[in-house]
Amino acid sequence: MTSATSAATDVYLERPWLDAAAEPFIRIQGVSKRFGDFTAVENVDLDIYRGELFSLLGGSGCGKTTLLRMLAGFETPTVGRITIDNADMTEAPPYQRPVNMMFQSYALFPHMNVADNVAYGLKRDRVPKNEIARRVAEILSMVELQEFGKRKPHQLSGGQRQRVALARALVKQPKVLLLDEPLAALDKRLREQTQFELMNLQERLGVTFIVVTHDQEEAMTLSTRIAVMDAGRIIQVGEPGEVYERPKTRKIANFIGSINTFDGRIVTVDGDAGELALSCPAFSSPLKVPREADLKAGQKATLAIRPEKIMMSKDAPEDRALARLQGEVVELAYMGNLSIYRVQVDGDGGDNNDGDGGDIIQVTAPNLQRVDRRNIEWDDRVWLSWRPDNSFILRD
Amino acid sequence: MPPRPDTAGLFPRAGAAQAWHNWRRHFSDFAQTHWRELTIAVPYLWLLVFFLVPFFIVLKISLAESLIASPPFSPLIEWAEGEALRIRIIFDNFAWLLEDELYVQTYLNSLKISTVSTVLCLLIGYPIAYAIVRAPPGARHILLLLIILPFWTSFLLRVYAWIGILADRGTINNFLMWTGVIDQPVRLLYSEFAVYLGIVYSYLPFMILPLYANMEKLDATLREAASDLGAHPATTFFTVTLPLTVPGIVAGALLVFIPATGEFVIPDLLGGGNVLMIGKVLYGEFNANHDWPVAAAVAIALLVVLVAPMMLYQHFQSREMEPGKWR
Repeated sequence: MTSATSAATDVYLERPWLDAAAEPFIRIQGVSKRFGDFTAVENVDLDIYRGELFSLLGGSGCGKTTLLRMLAGFETPTVGRITIDNADMTEAPPYQRPVNMMFQSYALFPHMNVADNVAYGLKRDRVPKNEIARRVAEILSMVELQEFGKRKPHQLSGGQRQRVALARALVKQPKVLLLDEPLAALDKRLREQTQFELMNLQERLGVTFIVVTHDQEEAMTLSTRIAVMDAGRIIQVGEPGEVYERPKTRKIANFIGSINTFDGRIVTVDGDAGELALSCPAFSSPLKVPREADLKAGQKATLAIRPEKIMMSKDAPEDRALARLQGEVVELAYMGNLSIYRVQVDGDGGDNNDGDGGDIIQVTAPNLQRVDRRNIEWDDRVWLSWRPDNSFILRD
Repeated sequence: MPPRPDTAGLFPRAGAAQAWHNWRRHFSDFAQTHWRELTIAVPYLWLLVFFLVPFFIVLKISLAESLIASPPFSPLIEWAEGEALRIRIIFDNFAWLLEDELYVQTYLNSLKISTVSTVLCLLIGYPIAYAIVRAPPGARHILLLLIILPFWTSFLLRVYAWIGILADRGTINNFLMWTGVIDQPVRLLYSEFAVYLGIVYSYLPFMILPLYANMEKLDATLREAASDLGAHPATTFFTVTLPLTVPGIVAGALLVFIPATGEFVIPDLLGGGNVLMIGKVLYGEFNANHDWPVAAAVAIALLVVLVAPMMLYQHFQSREMEPGKWR
């Protein structure tokens, strides 16, 4: 075996979704869910692989929770099929699925202590008593709650409750763990810490995690892959970097992070170089950006650039290959580790000619200097520049 | 600075106005600092005047001697010849209750009837309350209204209506004879069965409403969590729903049990002379025998019998109030 193929196999082991031959662990095929006239989930196709930490990301009402509830068995798809590990689960009731869920509210039984809460699922499976005791103790020590077995849920802090809920869902060793907004109820500090604990735990146990979240940062840090949902549909599936760096639509780009856009028209398409040239009124010469397969010369297109990919300087950048704009700092927000600048570029914006000045471009920059030594201030004239291949083409 | 002339005497009206003003200011200061006490004093005063005072009057009568007079009992405190103050307390009435087997038997029978009725109300009311909670929101309000609807008619009228239904020539017997199932009327009225029917019918809402209030607060995701962890619906019910509705069960059971034990109208109208309950005995002592002291003693004894369940109710109520205990 050559080293090249072994490297490729490793890639497939870690990223099975790149391997056309890999068999998905969970298959969601043509699933829709309607409540009366309202369509909560519409024609969703999704393959999730064993050991993934997969996020369903979207705003409220986008259908992500309904999709999760269909995986848990609390809802039945109106049409479509769900299989888990090659077993058809479309109609199976929740108590017959190899799946456990961690609820957003944690749903701990208030009349049982921590140990009884965790043991509940094992008792239902008629696991022998001494084995229940062993497994409960084991999982409680894993979430560092071994001292808290006799406490009632109302005697615990929010973070401790979250860990009990996690332990209760994991103790049955499910094939899939569903997590509904697992970190939403925690404060920011605890959330960051728990995020890493969750990732470590997942890696150690190898259980497939499916996380529902509205928090794009959470999805970015946790996930192997993200499915972005909107109005019941999945609008993009990809690895965090892919979804962030090459969002398919303006909606996704806006939902995940911030974005600056420029209207333009495609001048030429160079298939060999994988580039296309886009002319925008905001720029003096056409910009070369990575090609999108189905775009042709003459078509309208939108150029997009993330705020952190823009360089800002007082002097004109020398490199002529950069996309360059000049403007004035109109707003400045100091965030501690970084600052957000809003720069009004000279001239009229490309999209209109109403004489009210150019587009406002948002730039984020790390605070390399202490705030009292900051060299760009309000009303300063600045140059904005970026490498054109860091920008991308958006469709609406 | 020259001393100010004393004008209070010259303008007496102004002085009075000043005094009124001062008094008002003092009062509003008092009200502002003591508003909590003032607010809470109102219900306490109410309870004192309308519950505690009558109770002590009844207690006083129970410790007196029956007389043919008006009022028909001996006074608690009297001025003897000369200056001596005499307090007469007689426990004969309570001794009488224990001596005469009839009273003890009647108390036991009352407790039996109210216990069985409570269990029946629970068995019927629990599924109804559960169904109402699970019903869609629109239907829920209509169903609740239907539970409360009987209260819009007089309790007495509704009990009388049962006489018409249960009588020998009543609705049920007429129907059964018309269909030919029976050819002689079945004895339904003036039986223990009729009393059970009347009590369960009358007190069922008092079971359903607290159960509903308790179940409504129950988090539906707890049932989902149980199901997710592998519990069949029946198991979920016995391990999650039932234990969490215990406060509602206790509240409903006591709201049925306590008044049913002392019930008078239902055993009198539907039980006739065949069913002995303490409420009826009390009525008899008071009205037919004109023996107020014995009647008062019967009432006090009933209260003592019911103190235990009332305290239980209190205990569960305060536990319900504790934040986060069940949720």
